[in-house]
Amino acid sequence: MTEHFRVAIVGSGPGGMSAAGRAAQSKLSHVLLEKTDHLSDTIYKYQKGKLVMATPDILPLRSPMDFKLGIREDILGTWDKQTKELGVNLRYNAEVTKITGRKGAFELTVNGKDKVTAEYVVLAIGLQGNLRKLGVPGENDPRIQYQLDDPDEYAEETIVVVGAGDAAIENAVALAKQNKVIMINRSAEFARCKQGNLDLITKSLEKGVLECMYKSSPTKVEAGPRLKFTLKTADGEAVVECDRVIARLGALAPRAFVESCGIQFPSKDPTALPELSAHYESNVPGLYVIGALAGYPLIKQAMNQGYEVVEFIQGNECEPADEPLLKEKFKGALLDRYGSIPGLLAEMQKTVPVFSGLTTLQLREVLLESNVHTPKGGGEIFHRNDYSNTFYTIFAGEVGIEIDPDHPDEMVRLGPGEFFGEMGLLAGRRRSATVRATQDCVLIETSRREMIKLIKSVPKVRDVVDAAAIERQIRSYIAPNLSKDDMAAVLESAKLRSFKANEVIFNEGDPGDGVFLIRTGSCTVSRRIGGREIVMNYVPAGHYVGEMALVRDMPRAATVKAAIETEAVWLDGAGFRMLMDHLPQLRSQIERRIGAIITQTEDISQRPEAGNLIQFLVQEGGKEAADMLLIDEALCVRCDNCEKACAETHGGISRLDREAGPTYATIHVPTSCRHCEHPHCMADCPPDALHKTKDGEVFIDEQTCIGCGNCERNCPYGVIHMAYDPPKKPGLLSWLLFGFGHGPGEDKIASHASHEGKKRAVKCDMCKDIEGGAACVRSCPTGAAIRVHPEQFFALTTHSPQ
Amino acid sequence: MHESILVYRGFRYLKLSLWMVAIAVVAYIVHQPTVGPPNGGTALGYTLGTIGVLLIVWLAWFGVRKRRYGLGKVKLEDWLSAHVYLGLGLIVVATLHTGFQFGWNVHTLAYSLMIFVIVSGIFGIIVYVRFPRLMTENRRGSTQRDLLAQIAELNAKAREISVTLGDDIHNEVMASADKLALGGGALKQLSGRDRNCPVQHAVKRVGELVLGLPKSDAEKGRTVLSLLARKLELVERVRRDLRYKALMDIWLYVHVPVTFALLASLAAHIVSVFFYW
Ligand SMILES: Cc1cc2nc3c(=O)[nH]c(=O)nc-3n(C[C@H](O)[C@H](O)[C@H](O)COP(=O)(O)OP(=O)(O)OC[C@H]3O[C@@H](n4cnc5c(N)ncnc54)[C@H](O)[C@@H]3O)c2cc1C
Ligand code: HEM
Ligand code: HEM
Ligand code: SF4
Ligand code: SF4
Ligand code: SF4
Repeated sequence: MTEHFRVAIVGSGPGGMSAAGRAAQSKLSHVLLEKTDHLSDTIYKYQKGKLVMATPDILPLRSPMDFKLGIREDILGTWDKQTKELGVNLRYNAEVTKITGRKGAFELTVNGKDKVTAEYVVLAIGLQGNLRKLGVPGENDPRIQYQLDDPDEYAEETIVVVGAGDAAIENAVALAKQNKVIMINRSAEFARCKQGNLDLITKSLEKGVLECMYKSSPTKVEAGPRLKFTLKTADGEAVVECDRVIARLGALAPRAFVESCGIQFPSKDPTALPELSAHYESNVPGLYVIGALAGYPLIKQAMNQGYEVVEFIQGNECEPADEPLLKEKFKGALLDRYGSIPGLLAEMQKTVPVFSGLTTLQLREVLLESNVHTPKGGGEIFHRNDYSNTFYTIFAGEVGIEIDPDHPDEMVRLGPGEFFGEMGLLAGRRRSATVRATQDCVLIETSRREMIKLIKSVPKVRDVVDAAAIERQIRSYIAPNLSKDDMAAVLESAKLRSFKANEVIFNEGDPGDGVFLIRTGSCTVSRRIGGREIVMNYVPAGHYVGEMALVRDMPRAATVKAAIETEAVWLDGAGFRMLMDHLPQLRSQIERRIGAIITQTEDISQRPEAGNLIQFLVQEGGKEAADMLLIDEALCVRCDNCEKACAETHGGISRLDREAGPTYATIHVPTSCRHCEHPHCMADCPPDALHKTKDGEVFIDEQTCIGCGNCERNCPYGVIHMAYDPPKKPGLLSWLLFGFGHGPGEDKIASHASHEGKKRAVKCDMCKDIEGGAACVRSCPTGAAIRVHPEQFFALTTHSPQ
Repeated sequence: MHESILVYRGFRYLKLSLWMVAIAVVAYIVHQPTVGPPNGGTALGYTLGTIGVLLIVWLAWFGVRKRRYGLGKVKLEDWLSAHVYLGLGLIVVATLHTGFQFGWNVHTLAYSLMIFVIVSGIFGIIVYVRFPRLMTENRRGSTQRDLLAQIAELNAKAREISVTLGDDIHNEVMASADKLALGGGALKQLSGRDRNCPVQHAVKRVGELVLGLPKSDAEKGRTVLSLLARKLELVERVRRDLRYKALMDIWLYVHVPVTFALLASLAAHIVSVFFYW
């Protein structure tokens, strides 16, 4: 028998649960289908006792369920109680595997067999996806686990860990402390993990702490007193007997399922979000998407949407919960002129091309994450070499861009609908020009995260931004005062090219067919000397490569390789020659540069170890760093004063680990933030708590951090760790005289004894709030610790004592 | 970009110190005391003494400054470079102050303590300049934890293989693990040696015992021996590492306490000259 409901809600996370609560409250016939046997699996899986944050504080909660800052257990308890009280029709162990049909007559398949029909469907399945299973007979034995909460729980067992990613490596190494561990790796190496974990596993394997079977994949598991695990290996079949299997095979993103329901995504990018109407309705009428899946990464937002979506389904218009926030943002003359927020938004989409491709929902979201500025004519908006990376659109008025610092009067003027600031955003580098208002303006300043989200999910935004960016990049990095016609001719031949990490941009000896202007990422220049590849130099974004072959009319004199994912504007040979002909100062500037390059090349080829050092630094993060901490071990007396200084100036928790990290010759790269240009840690922070300062420092806003651990996982250099607040320290005097508590700088990692209070991510903030800068460097008595910019790598090799 | 504190900023503080010393020497030569030989009681004596005390207090303040992390605009490297050179200059300033009038009294006690602190400082700076590089070379990219883990690993392997090689060899292998002591007392650490090192003993003994093994076990015997030899090399590296670290730490246990003694005796010296002179 098939049951029928008005609304079927899939997923009982904060979004789905709140929707079901509202439906129950409104006496709407409904069902809430949950895959697991408890509410809200994502939150259920938080670690025990986690303090769940109710950010953003200013956003009001609108839901029949309660939610405020509190401990995981209390929140889940409240929700359990309230779903019962409200009479929510909740089904556990009901995984929806298929959705077909259309508005008024949807059919949902539950657990592959049962059917439920509904007029409307609300999809609130979050982003966690399904954990990949072994996919072999016997995979459901309870001794096969797909998650590992506490490795210390097991001892003296033989444990097989399947997988080769970060989670598998971390689990395997942690388990190996008390158990015999065998890893099963499908391929011949560990290629899908971060550098830190690669080092960890390589060392552990070398030391024999655990074993690994390469090129092996499971074929079946047989139960018994011990598990009999059969594998297919390169040398035939093998059987491993064990007590437990931990399979860390990652999660299957929900996207495939969502697409199978007919919902379209605007681009292939895995982070793209489905396109939704202002009522959260997808391209399939009657099928709604809310919560994390819709691009709203926080609990409160998901709950609000749950409430709203049920109102919309019932045909009730309801002002979105964020309306008051938008009103607050635009209050005054602007709101008065257009009457209401919807009126204002409509006008904005008309005037501003970047916003025209957005749905109103997306636009609202963007504006919530934006600031409105109304500078008076003459006011400076940002300054050349600032490190800010927000994006500005002009809603009204005019700004002038001073491209050439030597001629501040020659400004490029931009009017309503145009935008600026995209270069800092794209390249992650300093601002390339000063911008000031030339009239009274209304400007919208959008956060980097929001803009990147848009560029990835809305093709139109990407196109509009790219087209303008290429022209401006040519202007600011190569030819500031090129006439409009010349520029048009150059643009004709310009193309955007992207390269993967380690991909060759061009090879030594290739014919020189054009110039590459590196706009994001960075690359290394190397030459073969005596049969070996020697790195000559490092080229960050904002510079060009390949001009030498053109000027000298000869083949490429060196190989250029992308150090990380890199995007370059390619200008063909004819176009670039034309530029040089029209701009004599460009030609002489290039001649001078070539002179410098030749001396540098000569120099390095005499000292190949210097090239190796550059290569090493680039590898260890220089390729994307704005700033790296290095320690010259020839000077370092291992006093750990650097760590103590960091702990003392940062709430008792050191953000740097001196001893850890790789060393080349005597140059050691301790575990400390590289302040990446495009910080990986920022990619996926639900409350957007990671920011970049004007000077390029990446820091965590500890007030808004919710302690989810995403940044810790995402940083490839392992520099972020999660910590509780440490106990209070005594003053220097009372410690010296009476020995109270911990002394200065002691206890470098916060004690884990006091598991109370908030757990949060901590990382190096470059001492941005401390006068005089980096405390670690200033506190090194012997000058062993220094901070360098990648541009200084070459200089470093000439001064470092070898 | 990296420079040692000795050459720091083109020897800025060495130059400062040399100026100070030169002026003191010239003053000493030029100055003719009104009564008696040059000593601490003359006008110049008072001046040099005062400079000396100020220097000492400032040098001792370094211990506090070092712990005021994040405060102050001047890098600690500046402080230490100045500390070293001005501390050395102090020898001349203080000696000229005394007018070479030494005796068995509290004054000379203060002077001796000062020299003692300075000598320990000189030892310290030598260690600071020489050992970091040696330490890095000795470690060859591993951390101390890595080295210890490698030793544990070799222990396990050697134990496993030696079980079948008879009690004599097995007992040596076991002893080389169980009796192995790394670290230990300060003196032991500083020496970097262990005269009764069980690993060394095991290598020697097993080397002899292996010769008596039946042919079928010879291969295994050699493996055990080479494991032990590798372990010995690692153990020696750890000992060297500990020795370097101990030497880099130990002198501060003299330098700092004696500084306190110096400050006390200096106070006594000054009080006494004002009361009894
Ligand atoms: C470690 C961590 C800490 C976090 N901390 C915070 C915090 O402190 N504050 C905050 O505001 N946010 C926090 N977040 C973010 C927050 O958890 C999510 O934004 C929120 O859970 C999203 O809610 P949702 O309803 O969209 O989806 P989810 O909470 O992910 O819920 C989806 C539900 O759908 C179920 N489901 C999935 N597929 C199916 C299917 N096919 N059929 C049936 N059911 C299905 C799942 O089992 C799950 O119960 C954190 C996230 C993580 C990972
Ligand atoms: C404010 C600082 C100082 C004052 C006022 C001072 C004063 C004096 C005086 C008056 C004398 C002459 C004593 C005599 O002839 O009996 C003297 C001698 C001496 N002082 Fe100082 N002094 C000072 C600092 C120092 C310092 C820093 C040292 C070294 C650590 C030092 C070591 C000596 C010694 C060794 C003598 C010789 C003692 C002797 O004559 O037997 N003094 N000082
Ligand atoms: C009377 C003279 C001196 C006094 C009172 C003095 C005092 C001190 C003090 C209090 C410290 C702080 C130690 C700590 O807290 O860790 C210190 C450190 C040090 N001193 Fe001196 N010192 C003197 C002379 C010298 C001289 C002459 C040298 C070298 C030639 C020297 C070299 C050092 C060094 C290398 C350190 C260690 C820095 C560190 O590791 O942080 N000192 N001294
Ligand atoms: S914490 Fe962020 S900025 Fe720092 S190294 Fe890691 S990814 Fe880069
Ligand atoms: S710069 Fe500041 S925050 Fe960063 S490691 Fe050094 S002391 Fe710590
Ligand atoms: S403060 Fe300087 S000398 Fe001391 S451990 Fe750190 S880098 Fe080494």
